[in-house]
This record gives sequence, structure tokens and C-alpha cells, in this order.
Amino acid sequence: MSGVRVLVGTRKGAFILTSDGKRDKWDVSGPHFAGWEIYHLKGSPADPNRLYASQSTGWFGQLIQRSNDGGKTWDPVGNKFVYDGDPGTHQWYDGTPRPWEFKRVWHLEPSLTDPDSVYAGVEDASLFRTTDGGQTWEELSGLRGHGSGASWAPGAGGLCLHTILQDPSNPERMFIAISAAGVFRTDDGGKTWRPVNRGLRSEFMPDPTAEVGHCVHRIAMHQSRPNVLFMQKHWDVMRSDDAGESWQEVSGNLPSDFGFPIEIHPHEPDTVYVVPIKSDSEHFPPDGKLRVYRSRTGGNEWEPLTNGLPQRDCYVNVLRDAMAVDSLDSCGVYFGTSGGQVYASTDAGDNWSPIVRDLPAVVSVEVQTLP
Amino acid sequence: MIRIVLPVHLRTLAQVDREVTLDVQGEATQRSVLDALEASYPMLRGTIRDQVTQQRRAFVRFFGCGEDLSQESPDAPLPGAVATGTEPFLVVGAIAGG
Repeated sequence: MSGVRVLVGTRKGAFILTSDGKRDKWDVSGPHFAGWEIYHLKGSPADPNRLYASQSTGWFGQLIQRSNDGGKTWDPVGNKFVYDGDPGTHQWYDGTPRPWEFKRVWHLEPSLTDPDSVYAGVEDASLFRTTDGGQTWEELSGLRGHGSGASWAPGAGGLCLHTILQDPSNPERMFIAISAAGVFRTDDGGKTWRPVNRGLRSEFMPDPTAEVGHCVHRIAMHQSRPNVLFMQKHWDVMRSDDAGESWQEVSGNLPSDFGFPIEIHPHEPDTVYVVPIKSDSEHFPPDGKLRVYRSRTGGNEWEPLTNGLPQRDCYVNVLRDAMAVDSLDSCGVYFGTSGGQVYASTDAGDNWSPIVRDLPAVVSVEVQTLP
Repeated sequence: MIRIVLPVHLRTLAQVDREVTLDVQGEATQRSVLDALEASYPMLRGTIRDQVTQQRRAFVRFFGCGEDLSQESPDAPLPGAVATGTEPFLVVGAIAGG
């Protein structure tokens, strides 16, 4: 019988939540790596029992953990992330130059075809890759060095490369997103990159439509339609129908166009999920109501999904990597909050219930659909 | 023989008890002790000192014989009692809550 495995990264460890295809009873294991920040963990599409986790603290730095048995046991692998050559400077918050400095791995994206190959998005923003199961990491320095790196500036969370999307129809094409620089695309397997941000508008920039500098919070792609991208930006939900060459706003009737995650229904490429959040700086749901919004029209028209979610006095946040979907026939949607809840819906968002309520603050949620 | 006491998270990572004992070739210094420690427990590379610069991580301190050795040169001889194993070399996570 099919099942799901939900991989949860928190501020104080990792948790693995498993269930059968009904998704009504859950087994919770963890904390794994107790006391460490787990920014992200993710399984290989080519081997679901191969998992990778990013483990870090301010005290002891960055570790990468690997599991070959679906998260029952883990082994530390390579953790040496060194920028290629002299990394130079990027902008600090006040516009002054700041030397590039590795801080942590935000996101691990295993290859679609090879369990030993993984991309790592790091802070200060850059892209690394391993082809030996995490033992060694090399920077794909064409991204940081393509020319605009000196103008990148950190968002509130840091200068982080947080999203990595692989085009399943073209192994040479990938998209990455950086806060606050924007979206970049490679068409040659990561050797060269260019910004693809036309149509984005960010009023905090001297030139609001500049090619680089936008605080993109998250981008999403449906596997069946890799030229269509959706974006949750620091204000504005956007859509591109031409692989990032141009973007149009599709915020429509959302109560706030600010938020962090954005996800797509696995069987309906025009069904999109966001979690509106109030900002500047509040970063909690509008009106104290935790609502997922769903568009079945590829944006612009959004409906609130509230059944089972707190509709009063709720002031949690949902971070950019903390929402995911399974691929069962009745689509499961999952998200975690800064209050330690992981909510699940087994009916594409119509109804929600918490799998767990009292974890440490949730940083990331990934889901594996198991055979 | 050098005795090293690790902070709890690094004990868990290296799967060791509170105290690790190591034979160190040549003079016992911070560098030679940490080189020997990382050779025996490679998973600790990068957790106590930077892998490239070899500088002590900012929130890690070194104590021995009741003294804070954190600011000593990595190549300075460790106190005699640490070098002979009478006293342990303490790797301590700085108090920084959260």
C-alpha cells in the first residue's frame, strides 16, 4: 500500500512523520540531530530511501547528513563548502560592500536521476553540487560570478539561495532563486547563468524594475509544464509562462500578496497554493486567521481554505520551504508553522488537521510519496 | 596521551563518551591536538575550527588547567599537565542561548 513520509526541519532538530495512503494515523520519529537547526532535508527522487539533511548551529557550523534507509540511521558526510577563487563582495543591508562568507546550507535538491548527485543552495548565496553522495562539494561559480553578484543584498533572513528547480524535460536547464537578488536560469547544466526577472517590481529598490535585486521568496514549477513558473515574492504573487523570460502579477484577490511558500497541485498544473502573511515585518496571518489560499485558475482568483485551521488569535508564520504536496490521487498538502504545528490536508486543501502540534519552530517541510 | 573533553553535541556527532584520549605526535599544541582529533574523528572537521583558515570557530573556546586558552597561538605549547594527560583539554561551546 502506498504511503507518505513527511520530512520536517525545525530550529531544534529533524522529525520524520510517516503514514499509509489514508494519512489518518501518523508515526512521529525524532528529534534527529536534537538541538541543531535543520534548515532542510529532502529525499532523492531516484532512490526514496536516500535522504540528505542540512544540519547547522552557530556554535559548530555546517554538517551534511545522509541516510540510506529512509531516515532510520544517518551518517555525516562532507561539509567543506569553499567558494571558487576570491569570492569578492556583495552588498550589505546599507549598500556597503561585504565580503562573501559561507554561513549555512539552506536547501538541498537531489538530482532527479542520480541519488549521489545533489545541489546545495547556501548563504551567502551560491550553488554547490556533489556527485559523490555528499562527500565532496564544488561550487558552480558561474552563478555567483556571472556579473551581478556584487549587487546582491541580503533579505531579512540573510543572502540565501533558497530554491533550486530542475527542468525534468531538459537536464541542462535549472532555475534558482536568491533573496534578495532574484531568479536565475542556466541552460547549460550550471556553467553559465542569467537573471530572468523581467516584469518584477520592487519598490524598495532605487530602480523598482531593475534586472537584479528582487526579494524572491520562492518559485514553483509543475513537472508536466516546466516553462510555467509561479513565484511568491516579497509582495506580489507572480507567474511566468515562458521559463522566466517575463512575469505577470497574479495576486488577484489575496488578502495580502506577501508570503513565503508557493506550491502547485501534483495533478492540476493550474492549482496553486499560497499562505498570505501580513508585512511589513509583522509576518503573521492577516486578522489572526491562518488561511491557505488556493487558485484553480493559475492565479488571480483565489479562495480561502480554512476548515480545520485556526481562525482566531493565530500569529504564526509559514516559511518559504515549509509547504509541500504529495502525489497521491487525492492530493495531500502539508505545511509547518513557526509555532511548531504541521498541518495536513488529504483533499487538496478543503480540510485540514494537525499531524503534530508542538514541535520546535518549523523551517522546512518536504513530502515523499512512497510506493 | 592527551585527554580531550568535548561538548555534548560533538560527543553525539562523534559517538564518543565525555572524554577522548589521543596520542599526539611531537609537541602538544592546540593545532597538533586538533589535527589528531580530526584524524581520528573526521566528522568533527569544521565543527571546532574552520576547515580552510584553521581558525577557532567564534563560539568555541578552549580551556585547560583552569585557564582560558582560547586566545593562545595554535602553535603555543599546551600547559604541561594537559600535555601529560594529567589534566584534560576542554573544548567548550560558548554560552549563547537560544
